[in-house]
Amino acid sequence: MIWQDLALFPEMSVAENIAFETLVGGVPRLISYRALRDRAAAALARLGVDLDLEARLNTLPIAARQLVAIARALVSDARLIFMDEPTASLTQSETDALLEVVRTLSARGVAVVFVSHRLAEVLEISSRVTVLRDGKLVGVYQTEGMSQSRLTELMTGKFFDTVVHAQDKSHHRPVLEVERLTRKGEYEDVSLTIRAGEVVGLTGLIGAGRTELGHTLFGMTRADSGTIRLDGKPLALRSNRDAVAAGIAYVSEDRLALGLVQPQSIADNMVISVLPRISDPSGLISRGRKRDLVGKWLKSLAIKIGRPEDAVSTLSGGNQQRVVLAKWLATEPKVLVLDAPTVGVDVGARAGIFAIVRQLAEQGLAILLISDEVPEVYFNADRVLHMAAGRIVHEYDPRRIDLRAMEEAVYG
Amino acid sequence: MGRFIRDYPTEFRLAIVLVALCVFLSLASDSFLTLGNLTSLLNNNSVNLIWAAGLLVVLIAGGIDISFAVAASVVQYVAVYVFSAIGGGNWAIGFLVAGGLGLALGFVNAALIHLFRITSIVVTIATFNAFFGLLMFITSGKYLYNLPDWWTGRVILFEQQAADGTWAELTLPVAVMAVALVATWVLIRYTTTGRQLYAFGDNPEGARRVGINIGRMQFIAFGWCGMMAGIAGLMQAHIVQEVVPNALIGRELDVLAAVVLGGARLGGGRGSVLGCVLGVLLVAVTQNGLNLLGISPFAFKMVVGAIILIAISTSNLKFGAIAGIGRGRH
Amino acid sequence: MRASIARLNRSLGSEVLGLFAFLLVVVIVFALATPQFLTLANFGSIAFQVPELGLLTLAMLMPIISGGFNLAIIYTANICGLTLAWVLFQFGGPDAPLWAFAVGGAAALAVGALAGCIMGLVVAYIGAHPILVSLAMMIFLRGLGEFLTRGSDISGFPAFLQPIGHGFILGIPIPLLIFAAAALIWHVLLSRTRHGFSVYMIGSNMKATGYSGIHTKRTLTLIYTLSGLMCAVAGILMLTRFNSVRVGHGEALLLVTVLACFLGGVDPFGGFGRVVPVVLALIILQVLSSGLNLLGANQHLSTAVWGLFLIAVMILRWVAGKVGTFNSGKG
Repeated sequence: MIWQDLALFPEMSVAENIAFETLVGGVPRLISYRALRDRAAAALARLGVDLDLEARLNTLPIAARQLVAIARALVSDARLIFMDEPTASLTQSETDALLEVVRTLSARGVAVVFVSHRLAEVLEISSRVTVLRDGKLVGVYQTEGMSQSRLTELMTGKFFDTVVHAQDKSHHRPVLEVERLTRKGEYEDVSLTIRAGEVVGLTGLIGAGRTELGHTLFGMTRADSGTIRLDGKPLALRSNRDAVAAGIAYVSEDRLALGLVQPQSIADNMVISVLPRISDPSGLISRGRKRDLVGKWLKSLAIKIGRPEDAVSTLSGGNQQRVVLAKWLATEPKVLVLDAPTVGVDVGARAGIFAIVRQLAEQGLAILLISDEVPEVYFNADRVLHMAAGRIVHEYDPRRIDLRAMEEAVYG
Repeated sequence: MGRFIRDYPTEFRLAIVLVALCVFLSLASDSFLTLGNLTSLLNNNSVNLIWAAGLLVVLIAGGIDISFAVAASVVQYVAVYVFSAIGGGNWAIGFLVAGGLGLALGFVNAALIHLFRITSIVVTIATFNAFFGLLMFITSGKYLYNLPDWWTGRVILFEQQAADGTWAELTLPVAVMAVALVATWVLIRYTTTGRQLYAFGDNPEGARRVGINIGRMQFIAFGWCGMMAGIAGLMQAHIVQEVVPNALIGRELDVLAAVVLGGARLGGGRGSVLGCVLGVLLVAVTQNGLNLLGISPFAFKMVVGAIILIAISTSNLKFGAIAGIGRGRH
Repeated sequence: MRASIARLNRSLGSEVLGLFAFLLVVVIVFALATPQFLTLANFGSIAFQVPELGLLTLAMLMPIISGGFNLAIIYTANICGLTLAWVLFQFGGPDAPLWAFAVGGAAALAVGALAGCIMGLVVAYIGAHPILVSLAMMIFLRGLGEFLTRGSDISGFPAFLQPIGHGFILGIPIPLLIFAAAALIWHVLLSRTRHGFSVYMIGSNMKATGYSGIHTKRTLTLIYTLSGLMCAVAGILMLTRFNSVRVGHGEALLLVTVLACFLGGVDPFGGFGRVVPVVLALIILQVLSSGLNLLGANQHLSTAVWGLFLIAVMILRWVAGKVGTFNSGKG
């Protein structure tokens, strides 16, 4: 079993992690590290991968850790391997390598259950697809002849309108202007403009520098050179608090750990960024103002909750994301950066979120939509910027190119 | 060597500081690098090191135990009565009884932590208060002088007379300490149980999923700590030749500071016997040095506290740790 | 009946009702056990003793809610007391004028705030674990205090201090008034201010809180600074109550403050906890101690009982959690 969060041990060595099953079960006994290393090396060899056995796991990047997790599954000579979202954090080339490993495994007679929401991969690697919806089995289908749109329909029970919403907004007033932004090792010479009411998509493979760019726009990191201008005035952001004060909001891709404070209430999570706004003249937080603010956003974003005092962790992924949006919209931003806003949100709820995004654009917000799923930006953005290896390499107009071509261009 | 520095940065840095300190002290005072001074340093810190070995295992497993000094006091007291009940006893019985009693007290902690899902800081604070209060109440703080001869008779492992007539000697507690440290080292590095403890401290959820028995981990970790505490208590009584119920209280936080100084992390998954030893020795050598340099004993704690503060500050600066207090490492 | 209990439960919080019930049980048990319990003298003595432990517990409360600890509270309090003593001695010792007390008090507050601020800065900006930082500070302050006092008591203070530690206003002991005021301030701070709001959020998830635009480093520093200030108030009060200062005074109380916090429903991991239940917990602990005292038991038995009581409460909470899962299905 390979879990989504890997369930590895960061402080232990690669060899120990891979050969961990020799450390569990049975009578407590002394360890032979040589035997341990041999088993680990054998597993890595089967994968065709070379890793430093003595390295501590937390010194490795996430893709390498994923490989360690797979190697661990192999050590136990498993005949059935369960992989839960294994490609979530991998680049395209790493994903290809992984899919190759899966093919090798199946050729050797190992059965693999590949759980993924990336329909392209699912169709590429599998011979049969099982679709679950709301905890119930929808059906088992042969991959041969199956299409992504049919899969989507089966998964959600609805046909999703896949209409291109791009419009020409070039006559709108520019809100955010980025010129030749460079940060060593992350992105280089990035220039872009987002206008009021415009949704600019930013896509590319993992490692392209999109989230890093987003962090700089949000003030969490500083660029080495280049300028950022908001409403024409240059910005010098020393922290994300400056960014929020200036009117830039950032919805992080990691909703569980960074987007929300899970154990705390829905209401508290909603008002956390606007405490001065719900305070009395005396400086104390006004319960009335807080209640009003929360009520307003619950209604405006149609968030389904029990009570505002419930912990935000009780909500579904989609509703949680709406709370995150409410939090940021309450700050009355001029620019909204959305980084992978639909991660962990089921397909049905995604449409709702994008509807909100488009509505916000109509109200004049400047939106940067970052996603590594090309269809998301293709259908929802006015313009799509393709970022690769830290640079913006191309700009696409979704009305002038079809999805397949854009996917090919981006995924390579 | 490069690997050692990479995998054990804290221990490495600590070793350098310790060596530098020793060099400095041997130059600043001629009584530092004498056999007499060094042996007495070891003798006086054996109890702390035995405790440290026990505490290390708990820290590695991701918990914390501040009741071990009280446990040692309780074991001392009960042991006296056990020995007189069986008519004397000897060292073998002594270790069994002390270790066993300590183990039992450790199991109490583990049971509360595991069965009722209470965090270790809360449980050990409670047992600290409960055990100490009961001990002092039942005994009325009475000292015990009438210890069996085998217990109080001095056992000298090594002695040498210096030119000026003073004796340098290593006593039994040092040997026991060495055994405790080696045993702990073997446990955490070379047994499957020990590696499971590391894993459990590192990622408890992951450990559960790969089939590690969580309850067993708690009982082993806290049991080991309790056992070490019991043996340390046995040694303490041997050294001072009496049992004083409230003498050991207060030392637990100093031992905790030293063990953490040595690289064990409060969140679990990290720590080594070497680091433990270095941490305790660093504090001990510092105090020894201050003493030899004629600085007022009242200044000791101040210096030690400042050192620990500086040490943890610099070690965190090096790692660039973002403070996620206690959770959220992955 | 059930509906009104449910409503009370929601407004006060479930811990308060449970603790109140405990308190009633304890009072009844002791009232039956000894005739001296339900006397004015007894309640008076409780009323005088609660503030010392109470102020220190308040000092421990805020760091715990933020997910940390302040192990240095006792020695911070005593160092502040020493500061006040030093100032008083500069101006004549037992003959010092009233304004010397004001100056000394201000100095003590400043020292407390400083100690707390240093700890807060190290925790916030260097990222060291609060247990370690406060442990180091505790060892340092203990050493500093022992160094300055050579381990002995300092006494000989002006007579006008006596009423503060032992006097009454309108029949209520002054220390109790001081504690009540402090508890009220803490309550408002935690429940109604932006700082308090941030404390809870940081306790649950510091990174996410920082992401949302809260100045976590400043909040953390302030948490420990305020803790230090409260220690200073405790130190000043202890000086007036015992008419002497000793570095190690009250060191046994450190763990009791933590005990009181957990008894009062504070989450050991941080993010949750309120002043009112903790104050109730304090009262329970002090009543237990006084009752046992009247029955002839000494302080040590009280200590043991406190520890056992904490264990019992945690077990009961666990049981309640299990039963609750069976009863209601709501999250």
